[in-house]
This record gives sequence, structure tokens and C-alpha cells, in this order.
Amino acid sequence: MTQAVTMLGKQAVLDGLAEHPAVKAIVTWNADALTDAKFDRDELTLTVTPDAIREACSTLRAAGYNFFEDMTAVDWHPATPRFQLSYHLLSHGFKERIRLCARVDEPDPSVPTITTIWPGANFFEREVFDLFGIRFEGHPDLRRIMLPDDWKGHPLRKDYPVEGYR
Amino acid sequence: MGAIETPAITNLGGQHMILNMGPQHPATHGVLRLVVEIDGETILHVRPEIGYLHTGIEKTCEAKFYQQVIPMTDRINYLDPLSNNLCYCLAVEKLLDLEIPERAQWVRVMLTELSRLNSHLIWLGTHAMDIGALTVFLYTFREREEILRLFEAVAGQRMMTSYFRIGGLSMEPPLGFFDRVQYFINTLPEKIDEYSNLLSGNPIFMNRLKGVGYLSAEDAIAYGVTGPPLRASGVDIDLRRDMPYSSYEKFQFKVPTSTVGDTWARYEVRLLEMRESIKIIQQALDGMPGGPVKANAPKIILPDREKMKTEMEALIHHFKIVTEGFPVPAGEVYQGIECGHGQVGYYVVSDGTAKPYRVHMRYPSFATLQALEVMSKDHLIADLVAVIGSIDIVLGEIDR
Repeated sequence: MTQAVTMLGKQAVLDGLAEHPAVKAIVTWNADALTDAKFDRDELTLTVTPDAIREACSTLRAAGYNFFEDMTAVDWHPATPRFQLSYHLLSHGFKERIRLCARVDEPDPSVPTITTIWPGANFFEREVFDLFGIRFEGHPDLRRIMLPDDWKGHPLRKDYPVEGYR
Repeated sequence: MGAIETPAITNLGGQHMILNMGPQHPATHGVLRLVVEIDGETILHVRPEIGYLHTGIEKTCEAKFYQQVIPMTDRINYLDPLSNNLCYCLAVEKLLDLEIPERAQWVRVMLTELSRLNSHLIWLGTHAMDIGALTVFLYTFREREEILRLFEAVAGQRMMTSYFRIGGLSMEPPLGFFDRVQYFINTLPEKIDEYSNLLSGNPIFMNRLKGVGYLSAEDAIAYGVTGPPLRASGVDIDLRRDMPYSSYEKFQFKVPTSTVGDTWARYEVRLLEMRESIKIIQQALDGMPGGPVKANAPKIILPDREKMKTEMEALIHHFKIVTEGFPVPAGEVYQGIECGHGQVGYYVVSDGTAKPYRVHMRYPSFATLQALEVMSKDHLIADLVAVIGSIDIVLGEIDR
């Protein structure tokens, strides 16, 4: 494998990948919403403020990242902000994928839903709500999806034991 | 709309009925529960209720070493096990920046294609059985048995293969294995003709599928549909060709598409895909490079038994890998591949230790299931069975 170029930090990516369609679109839209960026192992990660996630998604969709592929969260407990949301968007035109991130914190972690842009995000957001306890504002049907409705806790949080509570 | 005229919804005095289909229902391919709102026999809404098979695999992964996650990936999509192994291995190899020997990559391609054939054979058999054509099931399972025997020969396991390891393969394929694969794919094209003869001209099968479950390209993209259903709706995307991995760029194959977008189109696309898979396997057999099947990384890959008994270094590495695992540099990667059902993605986050901090799997059926309502709205209940069959659903990968 060729040694990939690594760029860490917002400024490094803005300088090094100024011509990248996703970077260009985000900078034209609102450069201040972009809090962090990195280019590592041939994957571009753009971190935006959580309340800007929906607009960032629609901006990127207009820029050619037309396919919502995946969405999940990572619990960085006990770091703050605690949760990292990772959206993976694929461009059928550029044959390329980018990762859009947002960090949310307790109590009551919440972000706007992106089901208005891609209805296919519905199940993915429900899964994150179920297993991490992150709320998606404006989601049409925010219920638990994997676990029973009366389940206590959110298993994929790091402070939830692997064996569960007995 | 095609051959079948769907009756217009006549409101029977607002008397809608809620029908609970599943979780124990033969046509739902597992434990899928559908809450269907019907007017007479016409479907108004379909709400999938999932989670009956949820085993918390993503949570379990966080408690395992990197190499211990591989056996769990088989159990997610048990019809296409090697694609799952491959996707996870590629993701971790990307984190480790590990170079995989060419021979291992080619064997991976060959076996993933066999795995895709396995998945498509089961789909064809069960889909036809749902529609009422029982014979095909027996035919496809005959060929599937051959594939499982090949898996057993190479991995020692019929279904839960775990043959691909981080850094290559678990071992060199046994003697005569490639000849067996060659013999199998020599006989397969005429078997596919046989299925096609049984189904493609069959008026009942055609009437049940044509014009049923239409999915437009816009809807397919909006709902995150991937794989054969997406290509049957006219979106020409296949990660094997468009974002190649594991040296797929060295193989020539066509990506079958259709613009019709109904269940019949999905049937045709998958049948053509099977023929393309045979071509890929043939190319892999013809050009199979020599050399090792494991990367040169003694701290990551278990040493040979022989070396372990003669070299102290190898013994130490073995002990360390088995007891403590191997640290993986911190970072996050997403690896997407094209499996039989559609796009699989593994999102692996490492914090620099020997256990993954987070493993998330994106599985195609999970996203495709959301398009079920769009596909089956205003159709009859019997068509719902055809639509479920045509999206090739595996509940193991939906619930994980």
C-alpha cells in the first residue's frame, strides 16, 4: 500500500484539499460551521457543529454526495463532548465517500434529523436512538428499533456492561 | 405498471384492517414482523418491526481482540459469510496499513464470488418457493451444496467459514482445490440455464413478478437501497467496479442493470450477476498468482506450526498474539464492499489498543427494508411476499 497523505486539522485540510468538491461546498456554504477536518488513510472526515448537520448534509448532497450510506455513533466516554456521530455519504458521480461528523454532549444529546433529506436515514437514526440514547429532533417515528420498548439503558454506551445488567 | 392490473382502492366505508404478518411467517425469511394496514386485500401501509434476532454483536465486538471479531462477522449474514469476513479484514488492514500478498487477494476474490453465488442461489430458491414454484428450490440447493463442500474443503466449515484473516488467509487452499472449483464452474452455466428455463418463461412466475413492486431510481437512492435492487432500478453502481478493493480492478466483468425497476427486473439482474460471477472466478483461476497467502507481519499473523516449534521468536509472537492480541494504530476507517445483497460497510474505530473501540456494520437489507412500503403500496397482500423475496432479505444482518 502506498503511504497515504495524512492531513490533520481544519487548516491543513482547507489548504491541502481546497479543490475537493466536498471541502469546497462546505467552505462556500459556511466555513464557520466546520470545526475540524482530517484526511487520513484516504478518507476525508469533516466535523461540523451538531445543529448544522442537516444543512451540511443538504449542501453535500447538492455538491454530488447523493447517497446516504451509513450513520452511527461512537461513545468517547468520559471525554467531552461525549458522543461522535458519523455519517457516511457516498457520491455515485465521484465514486468517493466522505465522513461527516458531529460531536454532541450530555445531558440530552440531540441533533436535527436528516430524514427530511434522505428518508433512508430513518432506521439508522432509530438505531442510534435505541442503542446510544441520542435524540433526533424532527424524526417522524423515534422509537426503539432493536430492543423492546421497555428496555432500560442504551447498550452501546461505554458505561453499559457488555454482559448487561443482571 | 406492467402485466398485472392493480385494482383501484375503493374505500369500503373506511374499514381498514391491521394485519400482523410474522414474526413467525414462512415468507418473511426469518423473524421479520410486518404490520400491514389493508383495505380488502390492498396494502395501504407496511411497517416493518425488527429486532427479534438482535444479539448485540456490535457491543460484543468491543470486548474481543481484533482477530476474534472475524467469527462473529460470519454469523451476521450467514448466506454470504466470506464477503463479511472480507469487509472486516479489509477495514482492519486499512487501519494497520498492511500489504496483502497478491495470491491472497486473488483467492479472496474467487471465494467471495463463490459466496455471492451461494447467496444468489438461496435467494433464487426461496424467492421462487415463495411464489409457488417449489422445484427450483431443490435445484438451487443442489448447487449450493457443492459450494458449501468447497467452503468446507478450504475452511473446514460449511457456513461459518472465517477463512479470511487479518493479513491474508488462514491457510493455503488444499491440494486440488482449484481443480474442484474449476469443475464446479464448468457445470454451473448450464444449471443456470436450467433455472432460467424453469422460471423465465413460466407464465405464473412472470405474472406474479412483472409490474409488481416498482421502485424508481430516486426512491431507491432516497431509501438507501443498494445492490441488485438499486441496479434493477437503473442506477449503475457496483463497488467492485467503481471503488475496487482486493484487486477487483484486475478483473473484467459487466455490471448488469435494468431500468424497469420491478421484481422481475431484480430477478433478471441477479441471474445475470451469477453468470458474471462465474466469469470472475474463471479469471481468478486462470491468472492465480503464486506466492504466500499471508502478509509479512509476524506480530499480527500467527506463525506456522513448524516455525513455532523451531524458532523462539515465532513462539513468542504466537504467545503474544493469542494472549494480548496486537495493538492497532488509533484512527477510524470505513470499508465498503459489494456483497450479494448490496453494499456492506464496516466502520472500525481504534483507540490504539488490541480491542476495537467500536465496530459498526452497515448491512444492505437494513436500509432496503425501508423501501418496502414504497414498493408494495397499493398492491395485493400476495404481492408483498414477492416484494420481500425480491429484496433478498436476511434477518441476521438486519438485527445483528
